Amino acid sequence: MALPQTKHDTTEARLATLSLPESGWSAPARRAALARVREMGLPAARDEYWKFTRPDTLTRPDVIEAAVFDSGEPPFFNEIDTLKVVFVDGVFDADASDDLSLEGVSIERLADVAGTDIHWAKDLYGTLETNGQDPVARPLAALNTAFATDGLLIHVTGKPSKPIQLTYSHADTRSDAILHHVVKVEAGAEVTILENGPAAARFNKCTEIDIADGAALHHVRAQGRDHERRAATHMFTRLGEKSTYKSFTLTVNGVMTRNEQVLELTGDEAIAHVAGACVGDGDFHHDDTVFITHDAVDCESRQVFKKVLKNGATGVFQGKILVKPGAQKTDGYQISQSLLLDGDSQFLAKPELEIYADDVACSHGSTSGAIDEEGLFYLRSRGVPERDATNLLTLAFLAEAVDEIEDQALADEIVSRLEGWLTRHG
Amino acid sequence: MLEIKNLHVKLEEEDKQILKGVDLEVPAGKVHAIMGPNGSGKSTLSYVLSGRDGYEVTEGSASLEGQDLLDLDPEERAAAGLFLAFQYPVEIPGVGNMTFLRTAVNAQRKARGEDEMSATDFLKMVREKAKDLKIDAEMLKRPVNVGFSGGEKKRNEILQMAVLAPKMCILDETDSGLDVDAMKLVSDGVNALRDAGRGFLVITHYQRLLDHIKPDVVHIMADGRIIKSGGPELALEVEKNGYADILSEVA
Ligand SMILES: Nc1ncnc2c1ncn2[C@@H]1O[C@H](COP(=O)(O)OP(=O)(O)OP(=O)(O)O)[C@@H](O)[C@H]1O
Ligand SMILES: [Mg+2]
Repeated sequence: MALPQTKHDTTEARLATLSLPESGWSAPARRAALARVREMGLPAARDEYWKFTRPDTLTRPDVIEAAVFDSGEPPFFNEIDTLKVVFVDGVFDADASDDLSLEGVSIERLADVAGTDIHWAKDLYGTLETNGQDPVARPLAALNTAFATDGLLIHVTGKPSKPIQLTYSHADTRSDAILHHVVKVEAGAEVTILENGPAAARFNKCTEIDIADGAALHHVRAQGRDHERRAATHMFTRLGEKSTYKSFTLTVNGVMTRNEQVLELTGDEAIAHVAGACVGDGDFHHDDTVFITHDAVDCESRQVFKKVLKNGATGVFQGKILVKPGAQKTDGYQISQSLLLDGDSQFLAKPELEIYADDVACSHGSTSGAIDEEGLFYLRSRGVPERDATNLLTLAFLAEAVDEIEDQALADEIVSRLEGWLTRHG
Repeated sequence: MLEIKNLHVKLEEEDKQILKGVDLEVPAGKVHAIMGPNGSGKSTLSYVLSGRDGYEVTEGSASLEGQDLLDLDPEERAAAGLFLAFQYPVEIPGVGNMTFLRTAVNAQRKARGEDEMSATDFLKMVREKAKDLKIDAEMLKRPVNVGFSGGEKKRNEILQMAVLAPKMCILDETDSGLDVDAMKLVSDGVNALRDAGRGFLVITHYQRLLDHIKPDVVHIMADGRIIKSGGPELALEVEKNGYADILSEVA
């Protein structure tokens, strides 16, 4: 079916600014992805899946400038021993990065190995993204697969002794970065991947994750403090039997963020938790879009998303649990809540359940509310100043999401960053 | 200590006068009790004194040790030494009881220009006081009042009072919902705090609490006023005959 004219034009205008790498093992996947983009067209305001978030600034051919924000704070996860890989405006920074060797994992750069004809990532690159295009199209992810300039190919075969930390610095006000990572966690292996930083004026990031039987991946991400940056990110994750995937994202500031998580639980007794805490003041739009497919027996999925909004900030949550026929004993939980610190902000939520099995327990809830006045007075009557009391209640509101982070040091760091934000924005 | 003069209070949102000229003075070292029919304005008085929103003082004054209370924020009143044990303690999901106590203590110390208490000293102090009130470590860890029974909530109020060591303690029906043993625990907690420098205003419906916490003066409140004051025998009279006689006597 031909695309509507304007959609066709927008898509072609964007494609005209990009060049497709023609050689190496990823070339066929990239060509196929380009064909998908042409078939789907880039997102437009009238698309049902973009009802709450305007895609235009994420799809237009030119980039809107974003000031580089210097927080003056120490970098995220600074106190934690990690293997650090740094990208500045989407370009690998060898000097700032650690040596990529670590026991139990092989880490390569997509740009380094793109020219070879054979690579383990060939089976995955674009594959999970393609699976994730049905039943809902995600054209920005296909665009990413086609045009990604770099990224990491992480093959986890053991239990690396420290987390792999991807730092995305932003230095150029006009940068437009497209990174694509592939992570394969072999049976029984376990890894923690950290991501942090705003990355670019505009960032399109796609991660494909394959977690084999009994393997585990922990993911904690912080998207920097830049106010004007825009980002569209996708994480496509396939879970094998008895495997675990736990992902948490902290978003402070950012005029436009769309974070999609597309999960497929394909092995029995798999566990997937995705969580997020975001705080926005003023020109802030944050969209969490989650699609979890249960296609095996006895699996558990949890979605916990909390948003603190003020001064006209907008929060969006679209979360779906699809339980396929035969996926019995599914335990699905979804909660999305916003705390509106004033009357100007808004929270738009679309929770969905679609269930084709009879022996399942799925629950979802979505709420939007103000600070609890009773609690506030109670705290103040005990001597806690209004601002501190408000911040304490706000952190308490976010706690259920932050609690999803298993590692205490990482969770503490997230809490202290949130405290910092609340103090600055009180 | 606490001085209330001709206090008139109406609801902010509607034209409803609740306190119609309350006069009351609680000197340091004394325990005063307030009794009175439901809806007579006892809780309103305690809320207005502690600075809750929703009320408008139309006339009169209230001061603590000469300091005007009505101009202060609730947290400033607390730092000045005022404490209210709530009739209905509030649940605060996500905030641990211990965190809550430490935040409150340190906020008050900061407001008074004192140093924060060290974490170990604080822990030791709270554990001791909690033990007296039979509040276990588990309850201290749980979110403030969440899932607490009615009696546990009231004991938790007294724990906060003991930890914060205020100058002026207002107890709003702290006895309601308590079993006989808990009533004893709570009363012991209050009596342990009795001291020449501290005043108490105890709001209750029952003489039973006043058996444990012996008041110096008993006031009867009706329709937004203190209509009668007397010694402990006044509480006995109410217990025996209800309010009808006193009300008709004043009318
Ligand atoms: N926020 C409010 N909105 C409406 N009415 C109120 C409000 N606060 C108090 N009132 C009314 O004011 C009157 C006094 O209430 P208050 O709670 O002070 O009584 P009380 O003496 O504490 O009663 P009780 O013995 O039942 O606890 C009641 O008629 C009550 O309904
Ligand atoms: Mg009352």
